[in-house]
Amino acid sequence: MRTSATERPGFVWVAPALLFFGLFGLAPVVVVGYLSFTSWSGLGSPQWVGLANWSALPGDGQVRGGLVITLTLTALCWATQTPLALAFGVWSAGHQRVRAVVSAVFFLPLLLSTAAIALVWKALLDPNFGVPAQVREWFGLSHSNVLGHPTLALYAIVFIVLWQFLPFHMLLYQAAARQVPRSLYEAAELDGASGFQRFLRITVPQLRHTIIASSVLMLVGSMTYFETVLLLTAGGPGNATRILPLHMYNQGFVAFEMGYASAIAVLLVVLGTGLSLLVVRVTGYSRMTSQREGM
Amino acid sequence: MSRTHRIRVIGSSSLALSLLLATGCGTSGPGGGDTLQVWALEDALVNEIVERGIEAHNEAQDVPAELVTFVNDAYKQRLQVALGSPNAPDVFFNWGGGNLAQYTQQDQVLDLTQTLEDNPEFRDSFLPSVLDVAEIDGSYYGVPLLGVQPVVMYYNKPVLAEAGLEPPETFEDLYEAIDVLQEEGVTPIVLPGAQGWTQLMWFSYMVDRVGGPDVFQAIVDGEEGAWEAPAVLEALELCQDLVDRGAFGNNFTSVDYDNGSASALLANGDSAMFLMGSWEISRQLEDSPQFVENDELGFTSFPVLEGGAGEPNAIVGNPSNYFSVNSDSQHTEAAIDFLVETLASDEYVSDLIDVGQVPPIEGIEDQLQESDHAEFATFTHGLVSDAPTFTQSWDQALDPAAAEAMLTNLQLIFLGDLTPEEFAQAMEQTR
Repeated sequence: MRTSATERPGFVWVAPALLFFGLFGLAPVVVVGYLSFTSWSGLGSPQWVGLANWSALPGDGQVRGGLVITLTLTALCWATQTPLALAFGVWSAGHQRVRAVVSAVFFLPLLLSTAAIALVWKALLDPNFGVPAQVREWFGLSHSNVLGHPTLALYAIVFIVLWQFLPFHMLLYQAAARQVPRSLYEAAELDGASGFQRFLRITVPQLRHTIIASSVLMLVGSMTYFETVLLLTAGGPGNATRILPLHMYNQGFVAFEMGYASAIAVLLVVLGTGLSLLVVRVTGYSRMTSQREGM
Repeated sequence: MSRTHRIRVIGSSSLALSLLLATGCGTSGPGGGDTLQVWALEDALVNEIVERGIEAHNEAQDVPAELVTFVNDAYKQRLQVALGSPNAPDVFFNWGGGNLAQYTQQDQVLDLTQTLEDNPEFRDSFLPSVLDVAEIDGSYYGVPLLGVQPVVMYYNKPVLAEAGLEPPETFEDLYEAIDVLQEEGVTPIVLPGAQGWTQLMWFSYMVDRVGGPDVFQAIVDGEEGAWEAPAVLEALELCQDLVDRGAFGNNFTSVDYDNGSASALLANGDSAMFLMGSWEISRQLEDSPQFVENDELGFTSFPVLEGGAGEPNAIVGNPSNYFSVNSDSQHTEAAIDFLVETLASDEYVSDLIDVGQVPPIEGIEDQLQESDHAEFATFTHGLVSDAPTFTQSWDQALDPAAAEAMLTNLQLIFLGDLTPEEFAQAMEQTR
């Protein structure tokens, strides 16, 4: 029997998924786009104000500051998570029993909710009753202020995000590493390649698509670290950790400037989409060519 | 102490989390229609009292009332979205001032002026300074439903005594105490600086002591240059000066009020003083009952500034919380009846006193003296009755956008990242 493109499943089959995406994905974006041209406190009906919200954006120091902090956080998270997830993922791909047990334990943070993680770490990092107070006693440090310190607070968030999401990316690398054909390693071994050389010349190139996929997830995901930051520092001290999504939340649900918050939201949508398009373009992920000989 | 506290902090965080989840899923919207919906914040003790008022009302009235409660953080958002929708409450809890003004500007609140005039006895039972917080543009839109909550200075009696100090009455006393306590290895003052509103208490008292209540009134009225008034700048300098003197220690920016660590620092003697709302007494009773029962918790009014233009016994805080009536309500008559019959009734007032509240009601001194925590209750009542002005917490009095900007900028002042002039300029732009 001949199969052709015309015999692929019809439109009816995708209708439920399209409807769902349209209703909960596209429609809100369109509404937010409309709201960004209005002034609305949530009470009464939105008042059309034209481009007022948009023209206020460039002059808002917290938008510029928030953008810088968001990008810094994204870069730091990517730079810490990728190498560690790659290393641990490849390590845990081995079939030894110890590795299986250790990685099972390591996957635990994946089961916890982000809010629970943030609250527990907040308690652990309490300056007087938490870990920093102990560490300060042991090492005679000048202060035990972590979440209230402008730079340390950001590093603490990077670390907690790392702790939470590393297992997920490890899982991606573990699965991908197990797919690498054994024959490649055997051939390299015959040629006298060392373990490190095999990792660098076979494993890493073979995992190229996984690295890109995991990076895209991290970059786009970094726009959603919002709740971690809200619960840990609420953007403080001062503005030190006020990422753009948090600024949006504060404008919308604390200051009740829904219109202005919508403008920031649109900016975030554009930013996230642009970032993932850029990664896909630059890395050639969109061509999706197989790297494997004869596969 | 510190270890058990640490465990408790984690425990209470997880509890808070599960509560968050439970309420997130649990509270369904009111059905509207045939019942009078009363919305309030979750507070087990107070809710029970309101519930009793509702029962009395339901026996006498055709339209039965129903209490719906929310957790603090979600409440404002929920109300904002519900008002003007078919799921709106008939009677709703609010903070008066700017918080209430948002709703009156959208014509969402029933004018109660006539009701108060028709019931002079009801009107006159409230302390005028507290009732006035619900007055917007000459009309009354709310009635006080809870006790007064002035901000007062708490102190740890044994810690001050060991250092040979008296509770500070003037700024000079305060400065001396800060120096002496630091030599003793005690953090002079707890400041949960992870949250801007705790710093606001210092700032707003400073402004009042330096320049009197008119300075803030000008800010609320939106007068040009009000944020740049000399009294505002001087108050900000006084705040930064306290930080530089080491009054708050070196890690105050990560101390949190909500998780109880600030209150624990006062109770365990790591800190000597704590400027906080009158609700702190319930916090201490719950977290460190021994501390209160051993009579180690002291309280006094905010120190007096020599040469300041403000009255020495003026106070700052939350005058009360208020019940207002939704103007779209189909049961406005029943709602008004409920407010007038309940909020100043003898049962309601004495129930409030029993749970440690100090209702803003005239002539209840005797009742307070017989209550469980008579010393604190009479102190608070005296403070409010003697105060020439009771300035509402600025973050409730201002509109939400300005309040949000102010709290962030205030954190920057306490961090030393902004100068008073930069603060004033930034706030002028929000006007």
